[in-house]
Amino acid sequence: MIAALVDELQAALGPERVRTGSTELGLFGRDASNIGGTAGAVCFPISTAEVQACLTAVHRHGVAFVPRGAGTGLAGGATPLDHSLVIVLTKMNRVLSVDSINRLAWVEPGVLNLDLSRQVAHLGLHFAPDPSSQQSCSIGGNVANNSGGPHCLSDGVTASHVLGLEVVLSDGSLAQLGATEAEPDGLDLRGAFVGSEGMFGIATKVCVRLTQNAPAVRTMLMAFDSVEDGAQTVSAIIAAGMVPAALEMMDQLCVRAVEAYIHADLPVDAAAVLLVEVAGLRHGLEADVARIIAIGYAHRASSVRIAQDEAERQLLWKGRKSAFGAIARIKPNYYLHDTVVPRRMLPHVLNQVYEITERYQLQVLNVFHAGDGNLHPLLVFDKREPGVMERVLAAGEEIVRASVAAGGVLSGEHGIGLEKRDFMPMMFGPADLAAQAAMRRAFDPAGLANPFKVLPSPAACGDVQHVPAGAWV
Amino acid sequence: MIDLKLFAEAVGTDDPVTIAGLGTRGGPVPKTRCVAAPSGIEWLQPDEMIASCGAGTSVAELNAALGEHGQRVAMPSSGTVGGALAAGHSDIRRLGDGPIRDVLLQARYVSSTGEIVKAGGPTVKNVSGFDLCRLLVGSRGTLGFLGDVIVRTRPIASHSQWFSAAATDPYRCFTVLYRPVSVLWDGAAVWALLEGHAADVAEQAAGAGLTPCAGPPALPTGSRRVLPPDELTALTGVFVAEVGVGVIHHADSWAPPSGDQRAIELARALKREFDPTGRLNPGV
Repeated sequence: MIAALVDELQAALGPERVRTGSTELGLFGRDASNIGGTAGAVCFPISTAEVQACLTAVHRHGVAFVPRGAGTGLAGGATPLDHSLVIVLTKMNRVLSVDSINRLAWVEPGVLNLDLSRQVAHLGLHFAPDPSSQQSCSIGGNVANNSGGPHCLSDGVTASHVLGLEVVLSDGSLAQLGATEAEPDGLDLRGAFVGSEGMFGIATKVCVRLTQNAPAVRTMLMAFDSVEDGAQTVSAIIAAGMVPAALEMMDQLCVRAVEAYIHADLPVDAAAVLLVEVAGLRHGLEADVARIIAIGYAHRASSVRIAQDEAERQLLWKGRKSAFGAIARIKPNYYLHDTVVPRRMLPHVLNQVYEITERYQLQVLNVFHAGDGNLHPLLVFDKREPGVMERVLAAGEEIVRASVAAGGVLSGEHGIGLEKRDFMPMMFGPADLAAQAAMRRAFDPAGLANPFKVLPSPAACGDVQHVPAGAWV
Repeated sequence: MIDLKLFAEAVGTDDPVTIAGLGTRGGPVPKTRCVAAPSGIEWLQPDEMIASCGAGTSVAELNAALGEHGQRVAMPSSGTVGGALAAGHSDIRRLGDGPIRDVLLQARYVSSTGEIVKAGGPTVKNVSGFDLCRLLVGSRGTLGFLGDVIVRTRPIASHSQWFSAAATDPYRCFTVLYRPVSVLWDGAAVWALLEGHAADVAEQAAGAGLTPCAGPPALPTGSRRVLPPDELTALTGVFVAEVGVGVIHHADSWAPPSGDQRAIELARALKREFDPTGRLNPGV
């Protein structure tokens, strides 16, 4: 890191909010992916003007920067490479305004996802995208990764809930990309920015759509003796014209791990369990519940448990959401995958996942968003075992390949980052990648915003940058 | 997969070129060589809630085929699928259906250099790479010409009914209805489209003081304005406003505000990247 740049940043933000100590550099040298990098300095702006000051300075010095929210990303998108400047947005965490009638809010990027929903709960509203990390992830991070979550099946992912953005571009200039207006003339720059993984600039204000809370909710757990029956139930529900609020699946190893952890009387002998939630007005809700149960039994469900009250509903969801904590009882380390396949291919791809992991002598748990075909195979292992990392990485790549070969995509909600950057050619040809690189050049001609992510090197200009050692760990 | 080779050859690589579907949105750029996108439904996958077709397919044809499976696509019913996406204007069901920009999952388009380029992917959930699809929706054929698309479909509700009531306050029934599909207001009356279980629809309508009516009001065609949704109450003249959305169908013409200067520069930079010689839909 250039000392002159640090001096400038400290002059603009004050020395307390520009850090170069080894503790901070270590802490911000990686995100939740464990793909390690190296930070040159870490700064904590508290206003749009300070973000502009930071980017004006880095632009002048030609230093790369990495925007960072809460750091919960799993694809290395916020891992700094080559001593870049890490710009942490978590101190910009105010809800600026709420329009409860038109159901929208302006927020700063550091507002935590669940905090926003809590702050508007008294208005009967919530922010619909609900990543599993929603207690700790930030809205700015949701924008960068176009985050999803269990309830995005019916309500859509982050892009459907962002109306406008104030962004600082890599030259320090400020741009307004859409606002509360629905469909202004011109290109949808807001839509282009969402999901750009920090490579187009830094969002400093976000106008989000708020969603009405459902008047009634019913949650049920269906057990199946085979994964195929569970997966076919998912397809049959959708084909019957219903879009449940959530449709989640756990396989046997996952159910057993969770049950040992939370004691919710889950069906531990089932091969697969479906968690189905329906939300809406009461007559439609009851009709849908009856149809869904009938579809379940038609696909040989061995049991159906309907939550009788809010406490039981919370318990069933706790089972789904605590899967990652529960697996620590099996092995100390895990690698979480994220691919999407067509729903009808779920049984086929799941069987491949079992075959691949068995061949590599790895244990796998599956807990995932079945309703939109979003698989999350969770490989569990003990990294102290010699050679296990090589097997985890090789199995992971085969799982990604199997998903794409089944007509799926590389990532449903975690993003590409560093983790899957070099897999992009599985899905995209050179002309496709060149078009994505062109998008980035228009937003960031200097290439300073989070470089070397998402796009494999040949499509990006600049030095060839390899994924650092320890990637995929 | 539709073979886009002939379409790409028609678009070519050098001279100015325009594209037209059914001409319902102003038609091609005058005095410019004109091409048409391939048409025809490629496949329907109702259990995946997706469909694939040539961009030149009419929305009516796609919806007729989807209707046999109890589904539809959420875009204006006139013209072609490609034209609706390129224009990027949702219809009056936007409040409930969401915007048209959320409909496009994958597109293959012909670029200004005559190459076939794929954006997005075939699944309803996908964050693999930058969101080029959203940039294409509403780009009016200035970045590339859509060849074929994969779109998200939606189930057709079992019951659907328009209601109306006299109202000088656009928000009177808007605030009490649960996820209405559309709420319109002309300064004196509101109209609401409610869908779902018939008993729920009846209860909702009764709770909001609405009575059934034949359909929505005729929409003035002088201008389609977009305003912040909280500026509805200041409207004057002859209009029908989409409450909660902020799209205003007004009898008078309108000059949209110029917009943020830096955003305009970004849009120009994108145009330069995608079509450096300005040969695609020149002047648009």
